[in-house]
Amino acid sequence: MAIKDRACVSGIGETRYLRGSPSSAVELQLEASLLAAADAGIAPHEIDGVIPIGVVSAIAEDFIENLGITDLRFSALIPHGGASPVMALQSAAALVAGGICKHVLIAFGRNVSAAANKAGARIHQMPQFHYVTEYEYPLGNIAPAQIYAPMAMLHMQRYGTTVEHFGEVAVACREHALLNDNAIMKKPMTLEDHRNSRLIAEPFRLFDCSLESDGGAAVIVSATERAADLRQPQVLISGVAVGHPDSPASITQRPDMTSLGLGKAAPRAFAMAGVTPADIDVAEIYDCFTYAVIRQLEDLGFCAKGEGGHFVAGGSLKLGGKLPTNTHGGLLSQAHIWGMNHICELVRQLRGSGGRAQVPDANVGLVTGYGDMGDGALAIMRRR
Amino acid sequence: MSEPVSKPVPVPSALSAPYWEGLIAGELRLQACADCGQLRHYPRLLCSHCYSRAHRWQVASGHGRIHSYTVAHYAYHPAFAGELPYTLVTVDLAEGPRALGRWLGDAAPAFGAAVQLVILHRESSPALAFTAV
Ligand SMILES: [Zn+2]
Repeated sequence: MAIKDRACVSGIGETRYLRGSPSSAVELQLEASLLAAADAGIAPHEIDGVIPIGVVSAIAEDFIENLGITDLRFSALIPHGGASPVMALQSAAALVAGGICKHVLIAFGRNVSAAANKAGARIHQMPQFHYVTEYEYPLGNIAPAQIYAPMAMLHMQRYGTTVEHFGEVAVACREHALLNDNAIMKKPMTLEDHRNSRLIAEPFRLFDCSLESDGGAAVIVSATERAADLRQPQVLISGVAVGHPDSPASITQRPDMTSLGLGKAAPRAFAMAGVTPADIDVAEIYDCFTYAVIRQLEDLGFCAKGEGGHFVAGGSLKLGGKLPTNTHGGLLSQAHIWGMNHICELVRQLRGSGGRAQVPDANVGLVTGYGDMGDGALAIMRRR
Repeated sequence: MSEPVSKPVPVPSALSAPYWEGLIAGELRLQACADCGQLRHYPRLLCSHCYSRAHRWQVASGHGRIHSYTVAHYAYHPAFAGELPYTLVTVDLAEGPRALGRWLGDAAPAFGAAVQLVILHRESSPALAFTAV
């Protein structure tokens, strides 16, 4: 394979995650970019490729001007919501493997505390939601929780997935967040707490929904052959792939409403990496909603379709369980940073710097992205 | 003090205007390829089956079955706060495509149950709704 292991994540950077940040999305994005460059041990001006992530985002020119980049050789936007960060890993890996760039910066910032940026307002500013905005929003189908809820309802109906299964995901994420100093949620959660949380969009309760949070995160992808003298242990991108579901702009019209783009991407990424689900030591799975984790576990091949609920039962996703997942607390309990925080956490785990949430002997791991109405991406990484 | 907030109003395009005009006239119009007959919904420029741009509008029978649903317990837009909880049903129309609509029943919808279209003529815009048959 042309890409396998030829790119590595050389630097990661995360700002403080919080609610009500005084900083703008772009300020947070630039702050995280500087942190990622420092982590990699490269000067910011050495960055020669940039993939800005986010609805409100700095553009290539802003990066050139603020970071003093003298020779930017590539920039592109990837407008697929929470799938964009892992999709950007695919582009970045191809860019450095192909010799176009040496160091590609993927940077994200988010401030959703302003009224105009609240859930329910945001997606209707995004062109990929135009069908929802025209045909469904006027009916009261407004926010992602409502748009995804019928998928989850169907999964429960077809396969017997339960509220407790959703709760298992929420509780595992919360338990991990309690080990993370940069996590927003600080209170323990039980399955009963989850069940007793108020209904938002049936079957989703409050604790099935990810957080609304502000922060910035960035990663730098470098050519493996040029990264030997950088600061950090190398974390190689072994397999990476992208997939879009059928009827990507309307879940209502999707032939199988429970299908996701990840179902197409996952076999490609595993084949590229030359590993199987049994080889995965740690997983960071995009958790906009608890249900999304259950469905993605199936597409990733950890269990058959419909078995995701049973897979997560009994604490499987907790540290020490059969598949430690979202060891940072995820979007559900660390912060919603569009899954950039998932990439940063996987890299930390594979470097062995996972702190109190470190999975022992984590050699191979995966991170998924999930965006808009089911666009998917998967990266499989390993420590060198 | 606070003004009553109005519901979001759809902004029809040249492509979708006949759909919205249909609802005002009391019918649900589905886009059909004028060359191969393939139905498509929501409206789009090309037939993905034969790539023809030519289309006509076919009036749906209004018969369908419940495919899935959700019940809203939180108002993401203030104009819907007074209607909570409300149920949105995804319906398999007899013609093939699906439609999203408000549920008019008192009990929760049953998967697979037969339903009938009702068009609500609201001040903000006409709206699809379904009732049990
Ligand atoms: Zn056709």
